[in-house]
Amino acid sequence: MSENIKIVKNATCTFCGCVCDDMELTVDLDEKRIIKAKNACVLGRAWFAEHTIGDWPVAMIDGKEVSKEEAIEETAQTLVKAKFPIIYGLSDTTCEAQRQAVAISDIIRGTIDTTTSVCHGPSGLAFQGVGESTMSLGEVKNRADLVIYWGGNPAASHPRHFTRYTVTPKGMFIPNGRKDRTVVLVDIRKTPSAPVADLFIQVKPGKDFEVLWALRALVKGKNIDPSIEEETGVSLATLEDLVDKMKNCRYGVLFFGMGLTMTRGRHFNSGAIMALTTDLNEFTHFVTKPVRGHGNVTGADNVLSWQTGYPFGVNFNRGYPRFNPGEFTTVDTLSRGDADAAMFIASDPASNFPKVAIEHMKKIPVISLDTKQTETSNLAHVAFATSTYGINTGGTVYRMDDVPITMRSAFDSPYPDDEEILTAIKKRVQELVWAKQGIKIAVGEARVA
Amino acid sequence: MAETMILVPGRSSKQGTALNKGKLKPEYLLVTSTLEMNSDDMQRLGLEEGDSVRLSNEVGETVVTCKGRKPEDLPSGILFIAYGPPSSQLMDGDTAGTGMPISKNIEVLVEKVTVKNI
Amino acid sequence: MAATLRIVNGKLYDPINNIDGKVQDICIEDGRIVDSVSDDATRIDAQGMVVMPGGVDIHCHIAGPKVNAARKLQPEDHRRDPHPGTPFTRSGTGGTVPSTFATGYRYATLGYTTAMEAAVTPIGARHTLEEFHDTPIIDKGFYVLLGNNIFLQNLLREGRKEEFRQAVAWWVNSTKAYTVKLVNPGGDEPWKGKKNSNVSNIDEKFDGLSPRQIIEAFITTVNDMGFPHPAHIHCNNLGHSGNYKTTLETMRTAGDQRAHLAHIQFHSYGGELGKNPDSKAAEIIEYVNTHPNITCDVGQVMFGKATIMTADAPLAYVLRGLTNSKWVNVDTECESGCGILPFSYQEHIYMHTLQWAIGLELFLMSKDPWRVILSTDHPNGGSFMLYPKLIKLLMDRGFRQEEISRVNQKAIAKTALNDLDREYTLYEITIITRAGPAKALGLKHKGHLGPGADADITIYDEMDDKEMMFNAPRYVIKSGKAIIANHEFCGDHDGKILHITPAYDEKIEEVVQPFFENYYTIEFDNYAVSDSYLHDHEIVPTANDR
Ligand code: SF4
Ligand SMILES: [Zn+2]
Repeated sequence: MSENIKIVKNATCTFCGCVCDDMELTVDLDEKRIIKAKNACVLGRAWFAEHTIGDWPVAMIDGKEVSKEEAIEETAQTLVKAKFPIIYGLSDTTCEAQRQAVAISDIIRGTIDTTTSVCHGPSGLAFQGVGESTMSLGEVKNRADLVIYWGGNPAASHPRHFTRYTVTPKGMFIPNGRKDRTVVLVDIRKTPSAPVADLFIQVKPGKDFEVLWALRALVKGKNIDPSIEEETGVSLATLEDLVDKMKNCRYGVLFFGMGLTMTRGRHFNSGAIMALTTDLNEFTHFVTKPVRGHGNVTGADNVLSWQTGYPFGVNFNRGYPRFNPGEFTTVDTLSRGDADAAMFIASDPASNFPKVAIEHMKKIPVISLDTKQTETSNLAHVAFATSTYGINTGGTVYRMDDVPITMRSAFDSPYPDDEEILTAIKKRVQELVWAKQGIKIAVGEARVA
Repeated sequence: MAETMILVPGRSSKQGTALNKGKLKPEYLLVTSTLEMNSDDMQRLGLEEGDSVRLSNEVGETVVTCKGRKPEDLPSGILFIAYGPPSSQLMDGDTAGTGMPISKNIEVLVEKVTVKNI
Repeated sequence: MAATLRIVNGKLYDPINNIDGKVQDICIEDGRIVDSVSDDATRIDAQGMVVMPGGVDIHCHIAGPKVNAARKLQPEDHRRDPHPGTPFTRSGTGGTVPSTFATGYRYATLGYTTAMEAAVTPIGARHTLEEFHDTPIIDKGFYVLLGNNIFLQNLLREGRKEEFRQAVAWWVNSTKAYTVKLVNPGGDEPWKGKKNSNVSNIDEKFDGLSPRQIIEAFITTVNDMGFPHPAHIHCNNLGHSGNYKTTLETMRTAGDQRAHLAHIQFHSYGGELGKNPDSKAAEIIEYVNTHPNITCDVGQVMFGKATIMTADAPLAYVLRGLTNSKWVNVDTECESGCGILPFSYQEHIYMHTLQWAIGLELFLMSKDPWRVILSTDHPNGGSFMLYPKLIKLLMDRGFRQEEISRVNQKAIAKTALNDLDREYTLYEITIITRAGPAKALGLKHKGHLGPGADADITIYDEMDDKEMMFNAPRYVIKSGKAIIANHEFCGDHDGKILHITPAYDEKIEEVVQPFFENYYTIEFDNYAVSDSYLHDHEIVPTANDR
């Protein structure tokens, strides 16, 4: 440990959608690393500890080191030449960088999509169908006397969700914290989150929709046949008891995870939980919220929505935004073989997409921006190494409940940040597109913000 | 012996910490290729802790290492794995018009691999 | 376009400077209107055209968390109305809740150059400013929601008046707001904490505090601090039969202090709760006419698709019960509630026609156009894109009669609309869309064409069909730069943020901070919005700064 130590208070952890902004970081400025992250959970500690300065080049083309400028030029040429270029990722970078990425898509008339399409995209679709009664997390802390988690395992994925926001904290109308709340967990297996709950309900895999719909019926006073137990693994008595709890609480919340969106039923499951929440508002105050994963996936939804009107899966081929999940979402554009160039920002689809999509990635020029080397950067034609948001850069991120937070940088990185690279690419693609169309405008005169 | 079971890829906290080290690092590769299985099921299939199993379906196949879980924690017939390159091999690219591939509850054939380190 | 510009031969409408259709040159230098420019300045020949200051929207919903939620909610609203880009401008989507770029460009295509977002939660201020950064052309600011702020209400309960005042100033500074907004004051707590109930009476106490006490405290505090625009109030009981009494009581609470009442059309209903309302436009406008301390905007309803988005969450829930449409509710910790749903106003429906007619009654019975300002509470009463049609309804009696004949006659019979044959003049239109709102906002450089004014100028071809005329300005100049020339976009502009920075004693932070630590989930030190979100901005002075 060197003498050159700095403390950064109220820093923000962006490892998960909890976006805890109460980090106290101890930074060794000589060694350029964070040696302690007070208040962080086990995941947050790893996030801060492991984001040190790497030893790979800022930019590579086909695995060979090149200058940043060469890589930007090659990226711009590749994107402008392509007929169906796609941009994907964005959930682990700042809103400032996301704004630039959407601008690039608009200019090159490409397609932009975020990791939302493979996490809570179905919840986004459900939202468009039925709406949602929801809240900021502080309302749960202050008011919720009934907290239900469905198809999610925060103990593993969002370790401080319980302790900072929803279960243990004392709140304005919850003076005794945990004691004043009833906690229910619904899942297909007993996850590490189960010990937190007063009641664990186990559903047969793929039967969430049936259970949710039965709950809706019961809430509305309709009869349900006891054979529901055989179908779903949950007895009628259990359902009736849950309905009773939901109708009689003061402020109830239903959190749900990818256990609902990634399985049979997808957006129908999310829609059922949102509709159930709406129904319950006839009896008491009830809210729901998808538990979002990545640090700024919610920011990506917001930036795309304000710039284009749509939250993900947006295509600009016609010179204006169009939205069509299944057509413009990334798994589809890759699996169908439509994409003829791809830029992946702060995301690693080559390690978690369906096999057929990964195979197509290997056939087209890929550009990657990431803080670490990944399967995706390994197969990339152009690979940029960038600095880490919230550790080396400030900027804005949105917590899972749409609350925006400004990050504090802990130490400088020799690597550029995503926003810098994307801004440079944007300027260059704009020039190339204008040149192609024979338009003479100096950059700066037109809006390229 | 082979049986059809349901594979549920998900997140684990071990995966989360390993991820920060780097996705190409051995720790990450290890967590994403460790399969959790009901211990009764393991016994029936003649599997022991650390044995290699092949998971396959019409999309593809992958070989992972299995690890037992108590029956009260993981129901019979359900397999858990942390997302990663191995689970990708079994995911279908069809999203049924939603953008979301079915990434949980994938039906797979489970069989013991007799020759290790394929 | 050069930094100097001369507009010649145009007919000027500039009520602040008492100019009513006189042909006179306008000179522009470095973004401002000046007395003269050199002869080599670029000239715009406005022969046969009408020259007005750029429009100023005093009450609309165009940016921030609830607006973005409404965008996400309604792909169907956007898909029929794409907004293609040009070499100068970014693309976007329209509908009743356009994307940020489309919002800025579309305001410009109507000749509007300033717009104020009327309801932002403090915690959503940062988001709103981010969207403003992507809302081109227009200057913009927002009103921060403080009327249901739990901390401030606690101070009022405890009679801590001075700390209340300091805390209000701290909140306005921390969020970069333009003024404070009250929405259904006192109604959030029953909604969130008492199983979706509401306050029904301005004197009904909840935990020892009534809406009237909240309203009074804010009006007084804001006036004491000399904000350029007073407390902006969305009264209790919006939309309910018989609510005009609440509206009158709210205005009386102001005494002779300045107050702005938002979208008064929605607050001018007679009749009994639970039954169909009738019109009390005459009673409401009479009070406004005789009380120069009151300004208001009408909140006209226009037939067709709208989007309800309001911090009045219980109201949105009531409407959801009527329409059974998809519905969004968002509770914001310690600060506010919010409700969103798609809506459609239809000619054959009694209630919708009555709302439409009451709005027109208010306009037509207004005696002081400076204080009765044009708005549709966009997108609640309809899109701002319908302003030209609304102007035609006000200026063209024949057109109005035709439209009246097409709507629910039972509702019309409950109003005085058939007897009102007033037609607004161009001069009066300039007042209700430019000079009036600029004055009500305390924006001394806007709403007029005199030397020193911001060079925000709209030039329309003079036409008989006023809807057509106001729909397509020939030139729009923003901060001295031509944005639209011969109906085509020819440039772009960022526009600036308008905000105020009332002085406060920093010690108040020590009073606020413990509350944050207990009841907020964001750290106190991360709460105030930093200057980096302002980009181009203007601090409008308070009376106390001068
Ligand atoms: S809960 Fe999430 S955001 Fe909070 S410290 Fe842990 S990983 Fe970071
Ligand atoms: Zn409004």
